[in-house]
Amino acid sequence: MIAVSQQIFEQYINNVWIIFGLKIVAVVGLFLTAPMVVGYVEHKTLAHMQARLGPMEAGKFHGWAQLIADGVKFIQKEDITPTAADKFVFTIAPGIVMVPAILVFFVVPFGPNGWWAENLDVGVFFALAISSISVIGMLAAGWSSANKFSLIGAVRGAAQLIAYELPLLLATAAVVMQAGTLSLPGIAAAQSHYWYVLPQFAGFMLFIIASLAELSRPPFDMPIADSEIIFGHMTEYTGVKFAFFLLTEYAGIVSLSAIASVLFLGGWQPLPLIKFVPGPLWILGKTGILSFIVIWLRATYPRLREDQLQKMAWKYMIPIALLDILLTGIFKVVF
Amino acid sequence: MSYYWQYGTLGALTAVGGAFVVIAFLGNRLMRPRKPRVEKATTYECGMDPVGEGWSNTHIRYYLFAFLFVIFDVESVFLFPWAVQLEKLRPQGTVLVEMIVFIGILAIGLLYAWKKKVLEWVK
Repeated sequence: MIAVSQQIFEQYINNVWIIFGLKIVAVVGLFLTAPMVVGYVEHKTLAHMQARLGPMEAGKFHGWAQLIADGVKFIQKEDITPTAADKFVFTIAPGIVMVPAILVFFVVPFGPNGWWAENLDVGVFFALAISSISVIGMLAAGWSSANKFSLIGAVRGAAQLIAYELPLLLATAAVVMQAGTLSLPGIAAAQSHYWYVLPQFAGFMLFIIASLAELSRPPFDMPIADSEIIFGHMTEYTGVKFAFFLLTEYAGIVSLSAIASVLFLGGWQPLPLIKFVPGPLWILGKTGILSFIVIWLRATYPRLREDQLQKMAWKYMIPIALLDILLTGIFKVVF
Repeated sequence: MSYYWQYGTLGALTAVGGAFVVIAFLGNRLMRPRKPRVEKATTYECGMDPVGEGWSNTHIRYYLFAFLFVIFDVESVFLFPWAVQLEKLRPQGTVLVEMIVFIGILAIGLLYAWKKKVLEWVK
């Protein structure tokens, strides 16, 4: 009986179409749940850091169901498109922002031996390339709203995203030089002796700072600076379209933290002495810690000014990243 | 075959993502109230009537930064294949010097922009 059921199980699990379907369900499921967890943790962490309680009602136990309640509310909201807006672009812009955020999870490995949707051999390059598509959605949203605040927010956002794309790419290139592969599972496997945060500490700092800017998270939230330009490119959005932008932001925190933990913190590689903890838990823990730091920084630092932001990217981070590549190359060749 | 299969999964995931957007919009359409009013659909400008139109010109500096970005973005396309092959190509010294020359020329471009005060936000 057990043997037969096992046989049936293996037969189905080996069916390509089932695996195909499972992969897609897993990626979409992850995209829908992980941002919820991070969003809830953000509500609670910020609240406690400011001596408040945060959500306490939804779901009874410390408001755990708050974000589910938010989602239910968002989908019941009236959909308002301003008369002045370009209706078609205004409608598809949230989709352009959100679909790439799903696709990033496609290459992120969550453990050794096949804990990933696909092991693309251009993995990390794909992840960075696909995540920068959301710039187009942001510009489309800001421009089609026909609102001054939206336009200012979108242009600021685009300038910020392109400025910080470069340190992100260059810091990644240094890691790729060290690992000799672009595949994310390959990079994690290459760190079995030591994590790349040790030789690439400068790269790690550049990557984290640039990721914050890519996500428009405080202290880099000038594109949506709510005290000056209302809510940037999202000013005119309501209901489910607005929810898409929020979902994208939190999904971005998870995916960029996961990529940073694979590139620099060894992915599923354990610390010595506690090797019995399985790989997937390691990667979840590292992603969780990095996501928490992203939230923590929001409560700590004030917003930068637009000129300070550009100065920091072009005059400090890009030269440092170029130097990082140079030094990595020399060490790689000489030693 | 499995190489193309990977991108097949990617294509299917993109389609599922698009379908998710459509389904969410349809669900919203079924559940939302619909009470249109002229005032509701005006452009938001702090509660006042909007002045002029929203599609205005922006400062030239954004264009200059976009230009600088394109230079370095194209560089990164060349940089990644090189970074992967660095260990395998011989002689390694030459391979490294070639990339230093390439990045050096671009870095001089950045220095030139710096000197010309393109990187200053407020002139």
